[in-house]
Amino acid sequence: MSEYLVDINHEKLSFFTPAGEVKALNDVSIHVKQGEVLGIVGESGSGKSVTAYSLMGLTAHPGKLMGGTLEFNGHEIHNMSEKEFRKIRGNEISIIFQDPMTSLNPVYSIGNQIEEVILLHTGKNKKEAHERAVELLTLVGINEPEKRLKQYPHELSGGMRQRVMIAIALACEPKLLIADEPTTALDVTIQAQILELMMELKEKLGMAIIMITHDLGVVASMCEKIAVMYGGRIVEYGTTDDIFYNPKHEYTKGLLKSIPRLDAEVHERLVPIEGTPIDLLNPPKGCPFAPRCSRCMKICLKEMPPVTTFSDVHYTQCWMNQKAQMEGGENLG
Amino acid sequence: MDKKLIQVEHLKQYFPAGGYGKNKRYVKAVDDVSFFVKKGETLGLVGESGCGKTTTGRTLLRLYEPTAGKIIYDDQVIFDSEKKIKVDMLPYRKKMQIVFQDPYASLDPRMTIGDIVGEAIDIHKLATNKKERYDIIIEMLRRVGLNSEHANRYPHEFSGGQRQRVGIARALAVNPEFIVCDEPISALDVSIQAQVINMFEDLQAELGLTYLFIAHDLSAVKHISNRIGVMYLGKMVELADSHELITHSLHPYTRSLISAIPIADPKIARENKRIVLEGDVPSPLNPPTGCRFRTRCPYATAECAEKEPEWREVSAGHYVACHHYLQ
Repeated sequence: MSEYLVDINHEKLSFFTPAGEVKALNDVSIHVKQGEVLGIVGESGSGKSVTAYSLMGLTAHPGKLMGGTLEFNGHEIHNMSEKEFRKIRGNEISIIFQDPMTSLNPVYSIGNQIEEVILLHTGKNKKEAHERAVELLTLVGINEPEKRLKQYPHELSGGMRQRVMIAIALACEPKLLIADEPTTALDVTIQAQILELMMELKEKLGMAIIMITHDLGVVASMCEKIAVMYGGRIVEYGTTDDIFYNPKHEYTKGLLKSIPRLDAEVHERLVPIEGTPIDLLNPPKGCPFAPRCSRCMKICLKEMPPVTTFSDVHYTQCWMNQKAQMEGGENLG
Repeated sequence: MDKKLIQVEHLKQYFPAGGYGKNKRYVKAVDDVSFFVKKGETLGLVGESGCGKTTTGRTLLRLYEPTAGKIIYDDQVIFDSEKKIKVDMLPYRKKMQIVFQDPYASLDPRMTIGDIVGEAIDIHKLATNKKERYDIIIEMLRRVGLNSEHANRYPHEFSGGQRQRVGIARALAVNPEFIVCDEPISALDVSIQAQVINMFEDLQAELGLTYLFIAHDLSAVKHISNRIGVMYLGKMVELADSHELITHSLHPYTRSLISAIPIADPKIARENKRIVLEGDVPSPLNPPTGCRFRTRCPYATAECAEKEPEWREVSAGHYVACHHYLQ
């Protein structure tokens, strides 16, 4: 068993659509230790959700694993059957989806949906499951849990539903919680409540979290490590401080420059990343970011850059960095 | 820049929500809101979903007929419920335009981009012949960073950012003075948002446009706006110069809104103590008495439940509606 809870190495995953093969993930490696919070940032279609879904076996047909190994808590995910997946899903790994409005079943009561998970994965009987459900709702900060358990999703607000989703996810005290844009559909004041709650619960239960988001503000406050994804690849990986204060990849730099800052003193013009995200059906030959990169070189269009490492954790995939390091000029980045 | 281009006074927009006769109920989406937008400036409007910011924008253009209030555009009264003035909007549609939130839903999938942009030209008879019409269309597309070959394509062939550009080109086609931008960037990817924001700024500088910029993302609104209004449950709670609003906010709601925004800087984010508001926004069908924010306000007193706070100017250009506004 490896030292990591999540150990993904060189994962390749494609979706076989009528239009052709979509290479959603290309050589993605992710490692998460027990109790760690990893943020995955990137724009829509960059592969951030697919990476996390593949850990739960949610990418079946037309998705196909094309290579690499995925290990979670000693399980070899890449060799697992659907039957085996069912044992760990909701038990050892849980997920919170983006849209709390659609991820709860509208025709079952809240209580029913929470108890289902408990009855499925533990030896508890109905009465014990009910008690556990009450306990869980209290844990996620919902008042009058007994009353709420009898209610249906439409009777709850968005923030409340997301709390219920978290309660369901935590029902079996998972070792890993995947949060797929858990606050994107919520208002900022409710987002603040939910993020606070997640951090509190993490401290209390000691689980690891993979936080998928496009909001750099969310990862800045929550995560210890960050993976920046673009076009199905991790273009930069490092600690939160590495990414924010010492970004090396042009995409990461561009992303940081393109967001308006609330605490900006004077009005500075935003520096956008020109162009549009790549089409994964026809990915460029070299670096996926090359067509939009302001410092693109000839080689970038031809060959995928190798990994350049800066420290134990911090690495990028960029020819600029590779060149700078080969020339011995560490600061050129 | 001091001339008021558009001014609204005591604007109300109630939507019927079931019931008959005495029991008829209303959603008070916008309730007694007054503000003005100066010529050439950008007024930002922020608030959580359901606070009435989009309804305000649409009512302003009389896309919804206001329940009550007064709208003055360029010294002409275009709506007044007391004097029963309702002018014909067609000539004003040429001056006031809107860019919608969702670029996937706001373009007709069966029309080419050229026709979408050209429709406004036809309605207002801005072109005398086909050649002229085509030239205007190309000019508009070029202005938003698209080119002539795009005119014959359909919306599904474009990405979200490009579609939003088409939406902007459509609004620009009639040479408007005033544009309501209704969450124009929230459906776009982060890297594309900056492109669109910059384009709005460039167009404003080039054409002298006036914007009402509606969004829930306070950082983006702060970036683009000269002044910002904050709405909560159908009411305007604070309005001030954008820098002033961020640094010296007076209303407890504005403060919590600002502190709730995640800052993309780990060091600040770790130290930043968030003011986390308890609970959810109450239903606009049945808003709290007195001050509408009192149910979530940490400073609420008995007075807040009884009396509705007045909308007053506490310092030059800084308006707030709160009994106990913070110093």
